[in-house]
Amino acid sequence: MRDVAIIGVGMTKFGELWEQGIRDMFAEAAIKAMDDAGVKKIDSFYVGAMSSGLYTYQEHLSSLMADYMGQIGVPGLHVESACASGGSAVRAAFIEVASGMSDIVLAGGVEKMWDVEDGTIVLATASDQEYEAYNGVTFPGLYAMMARVYMEKYGLTREELAQVPIKNHKHSVNNPNAQYPFEISLNDVLKSSMVADPLRLMDCSPITDGAAAVILCPLDRAKEFTDKPVKIRAVGAATGPIALHDHKDLTRLEAVKLAADRAYKMAGLSPADISFVEVHDCFSIAEIIVAEELGFFEYGTAGKAIAEGQGTYGGKIVINPSGGLKAKGHPVGATGAAQVIEAYYQLTGKAGARQVPDAKFGMTQNMGGSGGSCIVHILEAL
Amino acid sequence: MADSARYHREKFHRYALEAQKFDSGYVSLPNRYIDPNSGSRTYEKINLKGTGTILSFTIIHIASNQFSHSTPYPVAIIETDEGARLTAMVTDCDINDVKIGARVELVFRKIMEEGESGIINYGYKAVLI
Repeated sequence: MRDVAIIGVGMTKFGELWEQGIRDMFAEAAIKAMDDAGVKKIDSFYVGAMSSGLYTYQEHLSSLMADYMGQIGVPGLHVESACASGGSAVRAAFIEVASGMSDIVLAGGVEKMWDVEDGTIVLATASDQEYEAYNGVTFPGLYAMMARVYMEKYGLTREELAQVPIKNHKHSVNNPNAQYPFEISLNDVLKSSMVADPLRLMDCSPITDGAAAVILCPLDRAKEFTDKPVKIRAVGAATGPIALHDHKDLTRLEAVKLAADRAYKMAGLSPADISFVEVHDCFSIAEIIVAEELGFFEYGTAGKAIAEGQGTYGGKIVINPSGGLKAKGHPVGATGAAQVIEAYYQLTGKAGARQVPDAKFGMTQNMGGSGGSCIVHILEAL
Repeated sequence: MADSARYHREKFHRYALEAQKFDSGYVSLPNRYIDPNSGSRTYEKINLKGTGTILSFTIIHIASNQFSHSTPYPVAIIETDEGARLTAMVTDCDINDVKIGARVELVFRKIMEEGESGIINYGYKAVLI
């Protein structure tokens, strides 16, 4: 396998993008990424999107996006793994470059979420349609059931849980692409409307339009395009049960540990080597469980540790310097690619006021459904 | 809206709680070709008694349009006495009485209607016992 580097990135602002359709958003991100890398022609591309069909009645994204990003003729593929679609697209592009099949490959993701009135029913398609969604459980409801067991088993308080979105909003203030770049208080979380008890609105990532794209090439060609490439040191992927009720332990997301273990092994690294991590905080409880599965904290301890400042600057590891899904926004299919972009900014010293100092290795963790799929990347500053 | 075939093929699970007991001891509802843990393909069909215990639950306040008329409503993960795990609404109760560890029985109920002229869907819900 060849070593693979990121040579350029591009993304839209995340938010309510009323003037842009799905093609506009992805084309904007892709063209920005190509311009950033200084490439006029790509060899191939992957576009992650969870449900362009249900959100916009548009499928066949390979043709649409090649057409509108000025790359008609190149091979493309729409990648879907629910909320892990974007990370899956990056992984697919990595494999294509590493294999020697192609040199310049674009990987990205997009979701247009604000065009539909009932987004809850779309998100529920990431769960077991016939045996979860059919019986009335929503996507927040699944994470609420994890939170309830976790809080009872480990004594995590409602106030401690609230510290996850409070921290992520604090980080987002310095991210110009964030959807909600403002701080929130404990009272804001505890008084926000109930979505699925015990999770309130401020525990939940928002509805977001947006797109993100990165350009990969073989590491030995990276200097042709940029002085500051970032190496993709490793990727790990895994699947888990589709239904939450089939998880043996409802306080665990075992696919995250499987994916992380594979990435650590491929990289020859351990959690202590990682300076920052972009995690999939679709709900507050998810960040806590994921931080444990990635090996940064012992089981049952991450909630209290994050509440005590161990997940921010000056703590054990900076979790979600971008503001995370909660504050940066969560355009589902774009999220995994946007996480990789944040890692790229951090590892090239371009993260501005949210820069994590002296970061050599960063990690991204992108997750589908209630832990049904997970992609972990480890990136390295050169 | 879906064609009736989508619901027809689930009728034994939803109406009669038909499950599979693999020789490994694993019990699955719905049907599987293979036990995801042991890899066994040998099983017998059983009908669940319907009694079980709540492992976790939530109260849904924001629902999809199909269920929004019922909010707030409880949903639980239940382990049946035979060992099958499933997700079901908890109904006919004070939502404050739903607890981890509570005993429940699965009962036959209407789940939703697909609009005014669509299919009326049935299945199981849980009641506290």
